[in-house]
Amino acid sequence: MGTNLWSILPELVLAGTLVLVLAADLLLRGRPDRPGALTLMATLGLLGAGISLATLPGTGAFFDGLVVGDPLGRFFRGLFLVAGAMGIWFGLLSEEVPRTRFGEFVVLILAATMGTCLLVQSRNLLMIAVSLELISLPSYALAGFRRGDRLSSEAALKYVLYGAASTGLMLYGMSLLYGLAGTLDLPSLAPALGRELASGAPPVRLGLAMGGLFTLAGLAYKVSAVPFHAWAPDVYQGAPTPVTAFLSVGPKAAGVAAMIRFLSEGFGSSATGQPFFPWPVVIGLIAMATMTVGNLAALAQDNVKRLLAWSSIAHAGYLLVGVSVGTPEAIRAVALYAPVYLLMNLGAFLAVLAVRHRTGAETMAAYRGLGTRSPWIAVSLTVFLFSLTGLPPLAGFIGKFYLFAAALEVGRPFFLVLALVGVLNSVISLYYYARLVRAMFLDRGAGLPSVAAPRPVAWLLLVLAVPTLVLGLFWSPLAALASWAAGLS
Amino acid sequence: MDLTTNSLLLTWTVFTPAIGLAAILLLLALRPLARWPQVFLDQAARGIGVVTTVVATALGIALWAGFDGSTAALQFIHRTVWMRSWNIEYFVAVDGLSLSMVVLTVVVFLAGAVASLPWWGALDDHHPHFSKRHVPGYWVLFLLLETGVLGTFAAQDFFLFYVFWEVMLLPMYFLIGIWGAPPRRDPDGRVRGGPYAAIKFFLYTLAGSVLMLLAMIAIYYASGPGTLADGTATQHTFNLPLLARQAREGTFLRAAPILGLDFARVVFVGLFIGFAIKVPMFPFHTWLPDAHVDAPTPISVILAGILLKTGVYGLFRFNLQLFPGALDWASYAVGVLGVVNIVYGAFVCMAQKDLKKLIAYSSVSHMGFCLLGLAAGTPQAVNGAIFQMVGHGIVSPMLFLVAGVIYDRAHTRQIEAFGGLAHRMPEYAAVTGLAFMASLGLPGLAGFVGEVLVFLGSFAATDPLFRVLVSIGALSVIITAAYYLWTMQRMFLGPFNEAWAHLMDMNWRERITLYPLAVVTVVLGVWPVPVFRMLEGTVGTLIGGLGH
Repeated sequence: MGTNLWSILPELVLAGTLVLVLAADLLLRGRPDRPGALTLMATLGLLGAGISLATLPGTGAFFDGLVVGDPLGRFFRGLFLVAGAMGIWFGLLSEEVPRTRFGEFVVLILAATMGTCLLVQSRNLLMIAVSLELISLPSYALAGFRRGDRLSSEAALKYVLYGAASTGLMLYGMSLLYGLAGTLDLPSLAPALGRELASGAPPVRLGLAMGGLFTLAGLAYKVSAVPFHAWAPDVYQGAPTPVTAFLSVGPKAAGVAAMIRFLSEGFGSSATGQPFFPWPVVIGLIAMATMTVGNLAALAQDNVKRLLAWSSIAHAGYLLVGVSVGTPEAIRAVALYAPVYLLMNLGAFLAVLAVRHRTGAETMAAYRGLGTRSPWIAVSLTVFLFSLTGLPPLAGFIGKFYLFAAALEVGRPFFLVLALVGVLNSVISLYYYARLVRAMFLDRGAGLPSVAAPRPVAWLLLVLAVPTLVLGLFWSPLAALASWAAGLS
Repeated sequence: MDLTTNSLLLTWTVFTPAIGLAAILLLLALRPLARWPQVFLDQAARGIGVVTTVVATALGIALWAGFDGSTAALQFIHRTVWMRSWNIEYFVAVDGLSLSMVVLTVVVFLAGAVASLPWWGALDDHHPHFSKRHVPGYWVLFLLLETGVLGTFAAQDFFLFYVFWEVMLLPMYFLIGIWGAPPRRDPDGRVRGGPYAAIKFFLYTLAGSVLMLLAMIAIYYASGPGTLADGTATQHTFNLPLLARQAREGTFLRAAPILGLDFARVVFVGLFIGFAIKVPMFPFHTWLPDAHVDAPTPISVILAGILLKTGVYGLFRFNLQLFPGALDWASYAVGVLGVVNIVYGAFVCMAQKDLKKLIAYSSVSHMGFCLLGLAAGTPQAVNGAIFQMVGHGIVSPMLFLVAGVIYDRAHTRQIEAFGGLAHRMPEYAAVTGLAFMASLGLPGLAGFVGEVLVFLGSFAATDPLFRVLVSIGALSVIITAAYYLWTMQRMFLGPFNEAWAHLMDMNWRERITLYPLAVVTVVLGVWPVPVFRMLEGTVGTLIGGLGH
């Protein structure tokens, strides 16, 4: 049991921090520096979790196979800790999170982060369901964090309803799979399903397809993949900006990582020949639809937060390209794209947060002439937007390059089409990202007030923008890490 | 094939503008500390910009002076490993084709830099001139663009080429969008102007370059083994000279088909569309008139003088060098499209009322010659096509500068609005006349040499279709002469329109940009040998893989 507990030490540290933050929140009541102190505590806790993650001893299965310690899980857990820290810092910098309830905010983010960390190492259907709920429940509360705000409340309600439906669907799918295979463990699922299929009874194939699809639906919902994306724009627009930033990065990447594990371990990988459920094609079609719908819908948006929401749906599609291809090279591409996406997407949301902080608005009009009104926000936002488009020499290009190269390397016609759809989507996305850039630099914002970024925001923008630039030119360290995560080195 | 580093001169040339750019950024960063006034920053940025382009020009000329044109071997090689996991190298070098474009780039950018300086002289300036807005930002982007273009021509690693190719996009978008014409409604009620033209340019080019990206990845996975700069053996390679050699050895002919179609042909088409958009080739040319009309003068100069050449350069460097077999297969289509460009562009020019739009469409027409030369593929035709790039690269900047002169004064470019200007602006009329004559291909000027060689070379091609194409294309010479002479007549001859009595003749800034280009036009028209000497060794190797 000792080794078992060691294996989830980071999550234990997170849980401890969570309890301490709750206590401190009570003790520091009424103190003006409470948000800062709580942020510091949470940051130290996340740092501690990170250190324990880096020094973890073992790999292998723990808790009777419920969780697995492997490079992929470790890589993503590290990423989620960063996402959690960013979410909390964003909250400290934003006026959208009420100071009086800052403790709750920190606790909810920490809980959701813990959920993402557990999800990515789950190797058991039940564990996947429980971890997903651990992400979802705090997320619902976070989405509705501004209680007086109608948009925020509507977002939370939508989120809960969609979430409940998709969880139900997923549990139904899992029960079907359990009924067929008699096991919940992913590694034993594949052989058991294979035996059932070999028996040749027609209902098996149907049950298998339904079980697989329904389980995927639950994960696709977290990833906000089409056709389970309908909640995302409203939730992302209505939720406080720090929450949106967190939700669009952490839970999304966790869903993608869990999908990789579920499909490759539970259903047989496409690299090892013909999987008995054609999931590369299913995921590939979902990826195409997600990219296309996300980008086309973003074209018409006037609210910048909503625009970024659709763009993050589109980016889920790019990540799913890697899941669909499924080779170790493709998983490496996903592992490389996820942190890059984290940087540029968080950066974009931080800029939105800063503009909202000063002008109280999120519409395109608030960004007019930002290039002269607030050069630093405008320049860094431009870097993030063009990185999201995938233009060299920015990090987003490298991420897409790895993804499309992995798709082309396999050489199957379906993946060629997938890559083609992907690059054409990049062109579409340029149009709406450039609309924002146009508002900032090409339109004159005569008469609008100057919106100099607060100093901490400016520094945090720099912290996110510099790696977005540098990783576009020197990405070896990140690529090495991603290769390790994908088991390529 | 010896590809070891033997000179850093080319790297210095490519990154000199980047150094100037960094200097301006440093000034901007220090501004809050030093509390410089805006005027100081503006003047400093201009000074740094011009000095940097002058230094880059000097380095470019030095490259030319040290270049041995008789051999096809790459020269001024600088090579080092950049990304080991993808076998990507920082690899720059020039052959004759690259060098001719590098030299053209530095010259055109120098002209553009001088043309970006603000107005001076006795003229009152009520019009908000682009050269006085956001000056440091302008120069940062201008210099970034120069590094991007120089890198595109110098890169000998496909990935590096792609990065430089895309680096050209961003500054161009902002330069057209911010410093171009403000938004306006055209007579049909559609919104036009700098921002529209900028995003159109951006989208068209990006659509082309993503196809190039896929083609690049496909080529990489189809390529044979290579060696990195430090001697490491690799399974695949982005190294262009190596890829070219593998192409000659038939590596790409044996590659697995794509979607059941021949590998070389599919990749050829992907690359071709990517480059043809930049050329611009009919029917992908519609971004060009918009971009030209709404860009500020120096950016039009650079766009016409150099950016269009990157497309043709790509066709020669990649389509011709890597897939000669596919070019043989597609030569009819390319030739026909080239002639369509020539004739269609010329006819559209006849209908233009806006001087800048007329010049823009004349670029479409003239770039068609490069396509025709590429399709014909004879040594003469290819030499002619490359010379056409150089000739057009000198003449079209003159044309846009000339258009800028009148627009800065009259704030209109409507040809019909003028008349008898030669009375009031004789010097301007003479320079314009020279530029027009050079562009319509008058013998003795730079525009003639390329056109006539392309026609001669294409006529000599073994395929009879090319004789038909040449015959049709030659018709355009008459149309070209017609629209230029007609424009001359409407603007400069006839009764003087008294509304323009206040116009002044050319000032010194304009002389500094126009006269050197005029001299080069005449010199290259009479004595084109220096350019051909540069290309002597290269052209034979370039077309070596073609079937005829």
